[in-house]
Amino acid sequence: MSDLKKQISSLVDEIQKIVPNNFVMMEVCGTHTMNIAKFGLRSLLPKNIRIVSGPGCPVCVTASSDIQAAIDICKKPNTIVATFGDMVRVPCAGDCLQNYNNVKIIYSPMEALDLAKNNKDKEIVLLAVGFETTAPLTAVVIKEAENRKLTNFSVLCMHKLVPQAIELIMLSQNIKLNGFLLPGHVCAITGSDYFDFIAKHKFSGVVAGFDAVNIMSSIKELVKCFIDSKYGVVNNYPNVVTNEGNLKAQSLVKDVYEPCDSSWRGIGIIKHSGLKIKKEYSKYDALIRFNVQIKEVKDPINCRCGDILKGEALPTDCAYYGKECTPSNPIGPCMVSTEGTCAAFYKYMEE
Amino acid sequence: MKNVTLSIGSGGKDMHAFINDYIVKKLGNNILNRMDDAGVLDLKGGRLAFTTDSYVVSPIFFEGGDIGLLCVCGTVNDVATSGARVVALSLAFILEDGVSLEDICKVIDSIAKTCKEANVKIVTGDTKVVEKGKGDKIYINTAGIGLIEDGVHISSHNAQLNDQVVVTGSVGDHEVAMMRARGLINLDVKVKSDAAPLNLLVEELLKKTKDIHVIKDPTRGGLASALFEIASNSNCEIRLVEETIPISKDTKAVCDLLGLDPLYLANEGKYVILCPKDSTKAVLTVFGKNAKVIGSVVSIGKVKLNIETFSGGIRRLGMLDSVQLPRIC
Repeated sequence: MSDLKKQISSLVDEIQKIVPNNFVMMEVCGTHTMNIAKFGLRSLLPKNIRIVSGPGCPVCVTASSDIQAAIDICKKPNTIVATFGDMVRVPCAGDCLQNYNNVKIIYSPMEALDLAKNNKDKEIVLLAVGFETTAPLTAVVIKEAENRKLTNFSVLCMHKLVPQAIELIMLSQNIKLNGFLLPGHVCAITGSDYFDFIAKHKFSGVVAGFDAVNIMSSIKELVKCFIDSKYGVVNNYPNVVTNEGNLKAQSLVKDVYEPCDSSWRGIGIIKHSGLKIKKEYSKYDALIRFNVQIKEVKDPINCRCGDILKGEALPTDCAYYGKECTPSNPIGPCMVSTEGTCAAFYKYMEE
Repeated sequence: MKNVTLSIGSGGKDMHAFINDYIVKKLGNNILNRMDDAGVLDLKGGRLAFTTDSYVVSPIFFEGGDIGLLCVCGTVNDVATSGARVVALSLAFILEDGVSLEDICKVIDSIAKTCKEANVKIVTGDTKVVEKGKGDKIYINTAGIGLIEDGVHISSHNAQLNDQVVVTGSVGDHEVAMMRARGLINLDVKVKSDAAPLNLLVEELLKKTKDIHVIKDPTRGGLASALFEIASNSNCEIRLVEETIPISKDTKAVCDLLGLDPLYLANEGKYVILCPKDSTKAVLTVFGKNAKVIGSVVSIGKVKLNIETFSGGIRRLGMLDSVQLPRIC
């Protein structure tokens, strides 16, 4: 048996000894969703422990109304919309960004600035999605646009904040959770103290890294916290995450954005759960620049992405899953993104 | 009716759906329906293996090979999956007006060299030229025939309980080499296409033992799709062990960085072979030190492909679902 397998198997033994019946935990990070499936960790855990995925995939949580706004901008003359790959395939009211040849897939948000420099006769719009992890990057790009005096660049800002969504889930009557695996990448920016508020709600959370051993040991820590009624945050990723986080990134975020109400796919508006561009930088706000109104868009009836994002349903509970809805023909965003719960379930065919 | 999409050429689910719903439905017969890499015809005096393949790879020259090398290897390797001794190939060019004759000569030289290496003759051919813009430099079709000796029965339908699964070398290198050739990855990695003819090795293997059940060419769709097809055709459950699957350091680095799964990347000079334990040694001897036992057939009656991960967890593998990269062969 390899060292890795031995390490994992002894962690599993320890979990087995202490885990209470029907222990339900939630992870809220796309990379956790993907890695837990890819490493086959569920198959190793005792049957009385269940891991559900929360709203941790940036593409999945983006509301259809926001995708529609991106499509509306695409339809304007002389625009180039720059975005990450997964976004272009999200279906929205019979349309998707992939259908427009002025959509450009980028790998780093900085590429959008090069696009602006090289296409002076066009308006470049960056679709900015993601949580506390990616918001500072977009902030850097906005500041850099100002440095470079670019006048043909703007951002459709759809950044979201994790705590408000977690709070909603903690208060939900529809799911009984015993704790959270907290997102290591988000905490690297925000610091682990950022999630201290969960103690108020009598919840425990463990900040987890991304390799198999760290995920398993974080699960063990979480079970321990639950048994000992130790509420609040345990940092199990101390090499990367500190209490206070990356202060420079945080100050960038404070400088460029302010909190706003934000609409989440399948969930609806969550108060103060989004970031919008501050007045000082409003010339880079695509909503203002193009005078785009956010309109309500009906999600496909019976698509359960919203319930799946809240951990209230499994992909297999959805009537479309694996039938009409597959990665090559997705109906909802959770099947589009590689970090989506449905796509991870489907790809690794978890039962 | 919907239009053709690139995913129909991917080697994954959409391609299989297209072949089943349109080709087999309208053209099916007892030989085609078996869907092996080569059709086997029972003729008076012996069994003949017959296959054809078209090559549309872009660019036509890449690290470790070119379209000329591919169009011989691909077809020769497909014929040899039946256990046949490959005897002859046809060669048909579709050239685009304006393409450099120097390039075409290089391709023909490469074909000649590979034919010599594989000990096979081109015995018939055809050349067509299409208008500029109606093709991309050069497309090639080759067909191949081979003869199967008595006592050799190799097919993707023949996997049996306790068969061992052997892959004859590291997986994924061809597709990564193609990504580099297209400029999709700009990394300092040393990955060459693995394209190579394997027919003479199969001949050598069958001299040592005829007790080989399945040979399959894990090209488009990669190792996982090929094994899933074997599991479906043989109605069996295959269990792999992730840590035993050979992957070159550079290919692994590219996969880790780009989030690709090497088990779904194309190969052009590898086989996956299923055989009883007693024949495994012969396979490993013939294919050399890079060949590895990566799993076995653990049950019959249920189609399943499982992998024990590095962590010891179990997850299922299926057939490639969406296009990774078009026109890689």
